[in-house]
This record gives sequence, structure tokens and C-alpha cells, in this order.
Amino acid sequence: MSHATLATEFVADRKRAAWHDSALWFVRSKRDKCAQALPEWESLREIASQIKQHTSSRLAEYLEEFERNATANGIQVHWARDAAEHNAIVLRLLQERNVKLLAKSKSMLTEECHLNPYLEKHGIEVVDTDLGERIVQWRNEPPSHIVLPAIHIKKEEVGELFHEKLGTIAGEFQPEYLTEAARVHLRQKFLEADAGLTGVNFAIAETGGFVVCTNEGNADLGASLPSLHIASMGIEKLIPKLHHLGVFLRLLARSATGQPITTYSSHFHAPRLGGELHVVLVDNGRSKLLASEEFRRSLNCIRCGACLNTCPVYRRSGGHSYESPVAGPIGSVLGPARDAAKNASLPFACTLCGSCTDVCPVKIPLHHQLLAWRKELADEKLVPADKRFAMKMAGLLFRSPWLYATAGRVGRFALRFAPRWLVYNRLNGWGRQRELPPAPKKSFRQLFRERKK
Amino acid sequence: MLPDYHWECQFTPAIQLFLLRSVHPWRLMRVGLFIPCYIDQLYPDVGLATLEVLESHGLDVHYPPAQTCCGQPMANTGCNADAKPVAQHFLTTFEPYDYVVGPSGSCVAMVRHHYHGLIDEAAEHRLAAKTFELCEFLVDVLKVTPPRHAFPYRVGLHQSCHGLRELRLGPCTEAQVSRVNKVRVLLEGLQGIEFCNLQRPDECCGFGGTFAVAEEAVSCMMGDDRIADHQQAGAQVMTAGDMSCLMHLEGLIRRQRKPLAVMHVAQILAGRQPQQV
Amino acid sequence: MPTSREQILTAVRANQPPATPVPQVKGTWIEYDDIVGQFCGLLKSIGSAGYLVDSLDQINATLAELPAYQSATRICSLVPGVGDSSVHLDSLARAHELDQLDIAIVNAELAVAENGAVWISDAAIKYRALLFMAEHLIVVVPANGLVPHMHAAYDRLRLPEFADGRKAFGAFISGPSKTADIEQSLVIGAQGPRSSAVFLLR
Repeated sequence: MSHATLATEFVADRKRAAWHDSALWFVRSKRDKCAQALPEWESLREIASQIKQHTSSRLAEYLEEFERNATANGIQVHWARDAAEHNAIVLRLLQERNVKLLAKSKSMLTEECHLNPYLEKHGIEVVDTDLGERIVQWRNEPPSHIVLPAIHIKKEEVGELFHEKLGTIAGEFQPEYLTEAARVHLRQKFLEADAGLTGVNFAIAETGGFVVCTNEGNADLGASLPSLHIASMGIEKLIPKLHHLGVFLRLLARSATGQPITTYSSHFHAPRLGGELHVVLVDNGRSKLLASEEFRRSLNCIRCGACLNTCPVYRRSGGHSYESPVAGPIGSVLGPARDAAKNASLPFACTLCGSCTDVCPVKIPLHHQLLAWRKELADEKLVPADKRFAMKMAGLLFRSPWLYATAGRVGRFALRFAPRWLVYNRLNGWGRQRELPPAPKKSFRQLFRERKK
Repeated sequence: MLPDYHWECQFTPAIQLFLLRSVHPWRLMRVGLFIPCYIDQLYPDVGLATLEVLESHGLDVHYPPAQTCCGQPMANTGCNADAKPVAQHFLTTFEPYDYVVGPSGSCVAMVRHHYHGLIDEAAEHRLAAKTFELCEFLVDVLKVTPPRHAFPYRVGLHQSCHGLRELRLGPCTEAQVSRVNKVRVLLEGLQGIEFCNLQRPDECCGFGGTFAVAEEAVSCMMGDDRIADHQQAGAQVMTAGDMSCLMHLEGLIRRQRKPLAVMHVAQILAGRQPQQV
Repeated sequence: MPTSREQILTAVRANQPPATPVPQVKGTWIEYDDIVGQFCGLLKSIGSAGYLVDSLDQINATLAELPAYQSATRICSLVPGVGDSSVHLDSLARAHELDQLDIAIVNAELAVAENGAVWISDAAIKYRALLFMAEHLIVVVPANGLVPHMHAAYDRLRLPEFADGRKAFGAFISGPSKTADIEQSLVIGAQGPRSSAVFLLR
């Protein structure tokens, strides 16, 4: 379905859409305050952007350097060309060690690869241990936001869900109470888990290690109790040097939630004593995206979610309207790169207001990329035919001043004298909720001519 | 490839003015008045107001009647092949002028930042360097003294996105960069004007060109939210540098019969008063 | 048939753009006139607490006043002279036994004023789960390990190693664990410690 169709459904409950909008606006406002508190904010963004662009330009070397150093540290490195290979590697690692229960922390990559259903199909219980992810997992939904997976759900609904799943008191929905219930439940799962899987926020070529950032501490529990720790990472997560983390850790949480840093920024460099640590490096279309001069900067993304929070369309249409693992502006850039036909409506789910470009901590020119995608899609004839036809006609019209002026005259005349029912017909998308502008008798060009006389 | 996002820094208006002044006697600069198509057809008074404001500064203003549209609707839909001849037509139409000035941040941003690949590159730079949105032209190029006539109303200033984030006509809440608000400074001197404090001073109105129709539900909700913000702030008049945002907002206001007057900033600068408050 | 590794590296090598330079991480970073005040104030704002102390006795005296410490029965202190340790990591069969541990007291090397984080490694901690399983986390940092920002922290930080040269784990930890996943309501004490305190020891 197109974004517009799903967004219309979301907006049909105006009150709820307004609630969703204000919840995310609150996060954006916190981000603004946090950014304002750092005089060096804009220069940090510039440095971060340059580090990422540099890394992209030498990515093969950095991948090899990372592999070399990680291996020397005792980490086992795996390479996966696509989602299927990633999933197969993870499954093999789990099956070889007879893993029955996997404690998984947040990883957008595993969402992209649809790892959970794959593992469950093979009889492995997967528990998403981030509170928000656990909530959406129980609801059989994908996360609606990359940082706040359950931002679309009301606390009353979580209360009902927990009553059903955890036996909490019916009608009780205080976040403190529900979070406590989840804590007890998830702690038990951590104690029972045979393996932990985490994502990767940053991997450091120089040291062969990686960093995982969370607030809840779930990634760390999952990575320190079971003896097997698997980390899945896209190949674009690399940075060259350890000290580059100083730049990214200053930007990430401030951009994401308006915190100066996440509670935990954990640096993994080796398996723990008696344990195993595996890193799966996943391509899944990233090397292809690297070839595109236009879109390669979208690989800079550090998944902070700031562009979602600032996007006036995302806030009012909800993450699920994008039908893509990553929603919002960055998702609308990455989606068509993965599957242009399926995600053709996403670059149009945007007013080109440009706020995403201004908040992006790594300076991805998001709204310019969305515009560039529109061109690609039109070239591929993936823009609806009626829209393309209208633009073709407009193009012809605007080429001829006479034709344009005449059409304007006829149009205004029609608007002035046509009966209301005819103007505000069912096909008039403008007029459902809005009046058309009152058509003046004379255009500016006519008035200008008369004024000169 | 799209033009670099911050390229405008390379063409500071001061430098342009210096160069132009060294060639032209000041009052002989020929200004091409760019009246975007929908303003020409639907809001002729905004065009007249723009003309009056420019002429009041003694400029030699010309309106080339061959002009049609800047090509933004096609380009923003991705139909660059259809936008090309329109952009070429725009270039030809405005070639003879020293400056091109129009009352729309969005259309000016199109000409200045998005003609890459649509017209010849040298022409693109030449055109970009001489094309200005009305307010920035008044502030940066003419360096005018803001008008002082009476406008005793509570005004909600809607910051149109393309003016704000493409032309950088003012500071925006998400960027930690201090900038002069070129629309506001022009209005600030008016007698009796009072600016309303909006809760979200630079949120998009939801127009977005074809977005307004293709994503009608979200578009109208965005518009309603803007209107509600201006109303809670006690605005009597809502103004902006872009009539397209205002066309969308006014459409909602009129349908809902809300007591909020809508005026383009050029109309206020030219001394018009709101029709009903 | 080339391996996946070769295929990926070949594709990346073919597609990566011309090399751009590595930028210098240089700038005018924020500095604080009262760096201790900034650090402690920040901790307070995130539901934690920071204290500047002159002696271990002072830490013990402060701990004795904390309700969480008063009601604690299982305490594991890795800081000699601080707290009454009743749980010893060497006596545990595995990390899982740290569940329901009331208090963990550990050393950290660095503290960061801009964000309230402390840098803790597990080089001297047999089970790093200690840091995440304890209900309350107490951290002791030398006061001269307080730096204004993350750049300074990384300048001073050395990746931890065990005695045998194996790389250890390290983390910046800032305050107690928390979540806002239910309607953006901040709840302190998500899955890890419910509270934390940092002592800057002069």
C-alpha cells in the first residue's frame, strides 16, 4: 500500500495522531535543548560527516583492518552478502551450540534481515530484550521507530498486553509498574538465555572492537550472562580510530533522545573469559549503495532517529505507514535503494521542508536525497502515471506564455462561474477539507498591462 | 548531483552588490520582476504589492510578460525532462536583467538551488547569483530602512520552509547557527505590530506542492496544527513569504470560517491592511 | 567460487569513491569553570548522585546514609576499604548468581563532566555482569580522572587488558539504567541498576 493510504488511516484518528505528534515533538525539543547546550554542535556534525565520508572512501581497507585486529583479539568474524546469509550464519552458530533461547537487544539490521521469524521457524525462542521491542514483539508488529520502537502504543494498551502476557493487574498502566513487571520477566529470560545477540553502533578498525549503546542495559546483560555473544553489523558501521568515538558518542544520544550520552556505551574488544564472541559483517545492498554518488552519504547514518522526530509527516503518519524496517526520512531514502518499486511512494511522503537535513548529526542531505529519489523513480516510471501525465501537460503549458495565459484565463473563469458541487467534486483532493483560492477576475499580468497604460 | 547545500556562502550579496555597483549606476539596475505562476493567476494583489515595494525604492522594475513558471512542480515530482524546457524558458526570459526578484522563497530556491542539470551550468551560476527572494533582496542587496507605517495587529509569522532552510532567510530552531530573520526585521519597524509567540515557530504547514493533494490527510492535519498554533498565540493576521503555504492555510481557514486574516508579507510591506480581522 | 568475504570486499573496493582525507578531531570544545559542579549536577539531573570526597571513610559515611545501602544484605565491593563486602566473586560458580545482588562497588578510571559518564573496565572484575546485575551501583573514581568532555576522555583512555594480554571490556556508564519506552515516560531502573552514585576521590 502507498504511504498516503496508510497515513490517511493513521490520521483518521486525529486525536491519536495528535498524541503521536506531540510525543515525538517532545523528543525533538529535548534534542534541540541538548544541541543548544554545546557551542561546538555544528562543528561536531561537520567532523562526524567527514569521518564517515572518509571511511566510505576507504571502506575495503578499514574492513580488512577491522577483521585483522578483531581476529587478533579473539573475535570470530563472519561475512554475509545478504540477509539470507546473515540469518544462516546466526542460525548455524546457535544450532552448533544447541541454543534454545536467544536474548536479543536492539538491532535494526536484524529487522532488515527478518531474523526473528527465521530463527523461530527453526525452533529457537527469540526474546527481544529492549522494553519497547518486547512490547512490539508481543503485538506481532515491527518497531515503528528506530530508537523508540513502541512510540505508537499507548500505556493503556501496554497495560492490557502485560496483563495478558505477564499477569499484571488488569487496568493498571502506570509506566513504572509496567516497566518493573517487564524487568522481572526479562531478568528471568537473561538468566535462562543460552546466547545473546546485539547490534553494533560503531566498529573501530584501529582496535578491532565495537561499541553498543543502550539506556536499559539489556545489551550488556545479554552479552555478559550467556557464554555466546553474536554481534550483527552492517559494513557501514565502521569508523577508523578509537578517538573518533568521542565525536560520535557526543552526537548520538543528544540527537536521538536529548540525553548527553546513553547510560551504557559498551566497548567490546574480545570474548569474555570462557566465552565466544562472533561478529557478522553484513553487506545486503550496502556495497551497491556505495557506488551511487547521489545516495552513498545515506550510509553515514548512525540510526539516531533525529530525522524521524523532526519530520512533520512521520510524526503525523506513524512509523508503520512506511512499511519499511526504517521509517521517516532516512527510511524513505534507504527503502527505495533496497526495492524501488515497493517503496516508490516514500520519497513523496515529504513536503521537502528540509528539517531532517538540519538535524542529521552526520549531515546526510536527506531532503535533497528524497528529491533525487523522485527523479530516479520518475525515470523508472515508478511515479503514478496520472502524476507523470499531469507534469507532462504542465511542462507543455509552461513552455508557451500564450498557452499558459489562456489556460489561466479559462481556469479562473471556470472557477468563478462553475457551481460549487462541480468544483468540489469527489476527485478534487484539494477541496475536501480546503477552499480553493477565490479566483480573481484579472491576473497580475493583465493588471500590470493596464497599470502601464 | 544536487548543488551543495551551503553554496550560497560563495555568492555573498555584498560582493555581488559591490561588483554590480562598480558597473552600473545604482538606479539604472534593471530588476526583472518574477511573479510565480500561481500568484499571477490567483493572487494578483501580491504581485502588485511586490511591484510597489520595489518601485518605492526607486528601482527600474520590469515585468517580462513571457514568464510562466520556474518548473518546480515538475522537478519536485521527479519529472526533470518536463522541467527542463520550463527552466530554459525562465532563463531566457530573465537573461536581460541584472536582478531577478520574486515574492516566493520556494520558487526562488528552485531557481537558485535546483536548476542543476536543467540548464547550462554557466547560466545556472549566473542566474543563481542574481535571483533573490523579495525580503532578502530588500535586506541584503538594497539594505533598506524597514517601513514605519501603521500595522496595529497581532501577527503570526509563518516561516515558509524553503525560504528558511534553502535560502536561510532566518534562524531555525534545529540548527545552532545564528542568522538574521530577514522577513521579521522588515516587519519589526511597523507601528503597532505585535508578533505572536508560536509554540513551533518553524514547523512546516504541510503544503509541499503535489503533497497537498497526494498526501491530503497529513497535509491538512499539518495545516490545521499550524493554524491552531497561530490562534492559541492570539494572532489576528497570519503572514508568510510564500503564498503557496498561505493558499493551503487560507483554504483551511476559510472552510472552517476561522477569524484569522491571511496576508503575504509583500502586502503588509506595501501598506495594505487586513480585509477583515 | 570466491568467498562471501572476497565478494564483499571486491564490491566495496570497486564502488568506494576516491579517497577523502581523515579529518582532524580538533575544535574549541566546551570547558567548565566548575568541572566538579558540572559533573555532580549532571549526575543529579539523570537520577544519580556525585560526591567529591577526601577519604574512603567519607565514602563509607556517605554510603551509610543511603537508604539503598542501609537495607542491603548482599554487597560486593571491589574497592578495598569501601563497604562491607558479603559477596565475593571468586566464590561464585557463575555470573548468574549475581542476580538479586543489592550493591556493587567498583573502581573507575575516568569521569566525564559533560555527560556524567564514568569509564569502567572489567580487567579487574571477574564477572562484568556485576556492573549490570546489581540493584545499585557505586563507583569510586580518582578526582584527577575527571575530564571535561569525551575528546579528553579518549585522549586519556587506554583500552583495558587482562594480565595475560587479552583485551578486556570497558564501558562509559552514565547514571542508572533507564527507559522511556512506554509513552516517553522516563522510568529509572529499567533492567540494570536502579540507582547509582559516583565518588570523586581526591
